[in-house]
Amino acid sequence: MGDIEIADLRKIAEVVKEKYQYDFSNYAMSSFKRRISRILELYNLSVEGLLKKLTTEKGFVETFLTEITVNVTEMFRDPSFWAILKKEIIPSILLNHKSFKIWHAGCSSGEEVFSMAIVLKELGILEDVTVIATDIDHTILNNAKLGEYNLKNMELNEKNYIQYHRSGSLKDYYEVKNGKAVMDKSLIERVSFRKHDLVTGEVFNKFDLVLCRNVMIYFNQNLQNEVLTKIHSSLFKYGYLAIGSKESLIWCDVAHKFIVVNNEEKIYKNIKD
Amino acid sequence: MMSKFNLDNKYKAVVIGGSAGSFQGITRILENLPPDFPLPIMLCLHRLKHVRHGFVEALSMKSTKETREPYDKEPIKGRFVYLAPANYHMSVELGNYFSLSTEEMVNNSRPAIDITLSSAAYVYKEKLIGILLSGANRDGGLGMKHIKDKGGFTIVQDPEECVIDTMPQAALKLTKIDLILKIDDIIEFLTELNAVYKK
Repeated sequence: MGDIEIADLRKIAEVVKEKYQYDFSNYAMSSFKRRISRILELYNLSVEGLLKKLTTEKGFVETFLTEITVNVTEMFRDPSFWAILKKEIIPSILLNHKSFKIWHAGCSSGEEVFSMAIVLKELGILEDVTVIATDIDHTILNNAKLGEYNLKNMELNEKNYIQYHRSGSLKDYYEVKNGKAVMDKSLIERVSFRKHDLVTGEVFNKFDLVLCRNVMIYFNQNLQNEVLTKIHSSLFKYGYLAIGSKESLIWCDVAHKFIVVNNEEKIYKNIKD
Repeated sequence: MMSKFNLDNKYKAVVIGGSAGSFQGITRILENLPPDFPLPIMLCLHRLKHVRHGFVEALSMKSTKETREPYDKEPIKGRFVYLAPANYHMSVELGNYFSLSTEEMVNNSRPAIDITLSSAAYVYKEKLIGILLSGANRDGGLGMKHIKDKGGFTIVQDPEECVIDTMPQAALKLTKIDLILKIDDIIEFLTELNAVYKK
């Protein structure tokens, strides 16, 4: 981890914003710095070299995007969250709606989308739910649609699943082919994967449940505030929002429009338009 | 009180890293800490990724100061001891608050000590005290070097006293550590530091 000056980080964000309309200027500084260091190391570049590559090399911005965004995720991360979702949150949505809409905001490589699909299938409502999964990074969306994961990662996923379900096995939902876990594609047959940037993107739909877990931790507080305002506008009244277990709504402007449904699992309900 | 360490009151934070064999040492430090110790103490300890509960509760039971796992973007306050939460890296940001991340593991760890130490070194520079305790891998060594390079003060637990000394040895190899102390002396150090702020 070499020391990159803040001025360098600002410059990089500026160039990307001007040329490609992605805005990283309000990303949390410490992780953004680590991501940039990582790119410099991977491609053996100086800051100047990176700036040059970004401005002159067509298509490099896609690589940049993939490396900047953090795509480390798990199926059934925080198993107790998924148990509550299945036992309490989804049944309470179903009390009022036969069909409903879910948004995975920042779906990365799709682990959360598959986890949700498995929950819905277990509840017998996979066909009744509209699921939209978005991410800023086109490359990672393709990976999500592919639904193929390293077997090594499946160990942790399986461990999480068993904690969530107490019985059965994640193996019911994938096959091992060529050393990869290939997920059952029927799970995501009806999922719409779309490129969408939470930072610069518009509100595009209304949902009954939005999952945005461990995405906004990469933003500074101002940006979190803006994004949460958009997410609030994307929720139906009495719709639910789930954020990461160590994220908080306390500091944002729309906090008073939500009530806490489950503080441990960070599930909120929108009570005010 | 006689001054053994000859400390001044320029420091803004204490950051402590530890892994295998450090739990007992940490517990002893926390239970002997002056309750009015003025600086925030940040702990980054290797822990099970999928066990969210129990650790901070166990530390709290003994600690003289309130011990908590911070939320993302939580402001850093002197009256608390902070523990890096399970399965998140914990960084310090300019502006004196935490941010959490789920980035790749570093040294096979999340939370990684190097990340907490290096980010704190970047923010607090010469106003940081870094302490590295017993541990079975090299995580934290580089972080201690960053603290030293920024002019901060560095202490490692005496390898003789460590259950596993890989971690302090890694730091000793990478940089010139200011003090090598046993847990009892680390407690004395922090007690003396507290007294300096009370003058």
